[in-house]
Amino acid sequence: MRTRVFLLLLIAVAIAVFFATRWVNNDYVFFAGYTVLQFVVLATAWNILGGYTGYVNFGSAAFFALGAYSTVFLHKLYPLPIPLLIVIGGGVSGIVGLGMGYLTLRLRGAFFAIATLALAVVLQTLIVNWDYVGGSRGAYIIRPNEIALIGPYIQYLFLLMLALAVIALTIARGIERSQLGYGFATIRDDELAAEASGVPTLRLKLIATTLSGALMGMAGAPFPYYIGYLQPSSAFGLEYAVNSIAMPMIGGTTSWVGPLIGAILLGSLQQIATVTISSAVNLLIVGLLLVAFVIIAPNGIVGLVQGWIRRTK
Amino acid sequence: MAGTLLEVTGLSKRFGGFVALDGIDLNVAAGERVGLIGPNGSGKSTLVNCICGTLVNETGNVRFDGETVDGLLTHERTRRGMARSFQLPRPFTTLTVADNLRVPLLYTVNARPGRALSPAELDTRCAELLQLVALADKGTHLPRDLTQVEMRKLELARAMAAEPKLLIADESMAGLSQSEVDDIVSLLIRLNERGITIILIEHIMRAVMKFSQRLIVLVSGKKIADGLPDAVIRDPEVERAYLGQ
Repeated sequence: MRTRVFLLLLIAVAIAVFFATRWVNNDYVFFAGYTVLQFVVLATAWNILGGYTGYVNFGSAAFFALGAYSTVFLHKLYPLPIPLLIVIGGGVSGIVGLGMGYLTLRLRGAFFAIATLALAVVLQTLIVNWDYVGGSRGAYIIRPNEIALIGPYIQYLFLLMLALAVIALTIARGIERSQLGYGFATIRDDELAAEASGVPTLRLKLIATTLSGALMGMAGAPFPYYIGYLQPSSAFGLEYAVNSIAMPMIGGTTSWVGPLIGAILLGSLQQIATVTISSAVNLLIVGLLLVAFVIIAPNGIVGLVQGWIRRTK
Repeated sequence: MAGTLLEVTGLSKRFGGFVALDGIDLNVAAGERVGLIGPNGSGKSTLVNCICGTLVNETGNVRFDGETVDGLLTHERTRRGMARSFQLPRPFTTLTVADNLRVPLLYTVNARPGRALSPAELDTRCAELLQLVALADKGTHLPRDLTQVEMRKLELARAMAAEPKLLIADESMAGLSQSEVDDIVSLLIRLNERGITIILIEHIMRAVMKFSQRLIVLVSGKKIADGLPDAVIRDPEVERAYLGQ
């Protein structure tokens, strides 16, 4: 299937999802759906670096928060429409991703992961001490109740996140089938052999960190409008770092379907748990599922299904 | 020197206090088949790594195809026509055997100016390369399904896919049976007949003697002999290095 056909199909699905949600006509569905979609974007973004090239990023929350805080900063400076804020947030996070890549990509395995975690801590400290964006007190973003054409503001935010999910998935799938995808896979498998085969490994890794960071920032940019009150501990929350790793791992890291399945499954489960049990139980669910999958199905749900297809053939 | 493809002058490499290579000079003419031998730890693989840019040499120069390649990264040297196979096969484990060959085609052949292979051409090229190393029926398998000798062949085919001018085969026969060794030697000679210069690094003397037009001997990071194979193995200094006094 060509990328253009895939994109059209995805857009059709997104429109169907939007109208189905509207038909339910319950604000909560939009609130919960927004969070799930946000995780679809984050998990897909994480997977571009973590799944395709094999570099595990523990600092997803930092990129997400950068997007969110770019919005807060600009909101105070001069209010802009959210789609523009998404582009700016993506730009900021992408540039930081590029810089982080340049500094840390000489490291492999656990060392790279630790470096990304350190980046998140450094950035959080910076934000906490930056009064203009609210410092440790946090910042209020008062959003309008309604927006023209669509109606309730939450539906507008939901629609934006839906569009971002479509973009992220199209990019991920496009990479998989392109020369870039082959290059990323060789980096994951054996960097020395990749170089010997003519793959410019450093450049490709920088492309991956930039793209991955930019998409995470884009997911974070509308967040202040969604939550209304942004503080460092919520933007840099552990749940973003953990979820964006766990979702692709549980879904399967080798293809774009994995993070999508993982995010929908885990994201929905967490939303249900929040309403029925307690919001504190969220990370417990993620942790237990991750442990179970690492033991039983290390290649995630996609790997499980692929193995099953191979056996029955 | 006319027709020189690879020219190494005064190349030295140390690891801390250990001198791995000490002022190596060597020339390889275009179209030549050169054997490089030496006891374990004599610096053969280090030399290959310095020539290919995996390691950075402290002193000395490497000239390839009339240009100085010092300071170039490995992938840039590969694009200029230098290919190598690894001592221990390092296939891309998550890609199929055919896709393993597609990578150098995409990143080396297509990256050279003036030509880009269409997807159909890529497929035929992969099939040709698989045919060349007798792996045609394994194209859709993953490397983990291959036997040891097939893995070595894949390693050579991947180096070949980059359409190199110079192929450096680093111990591509270690641990193989006699008939498998003959198999690989005849493959290398076939490649050489297509106009590719080959440096063969090997311990198996039967293979080296059958293959080489010229033999270079490294001992403790120094080149101690360079000449016709028959003359070199009778050199008393070489005998001393291999057999002791």
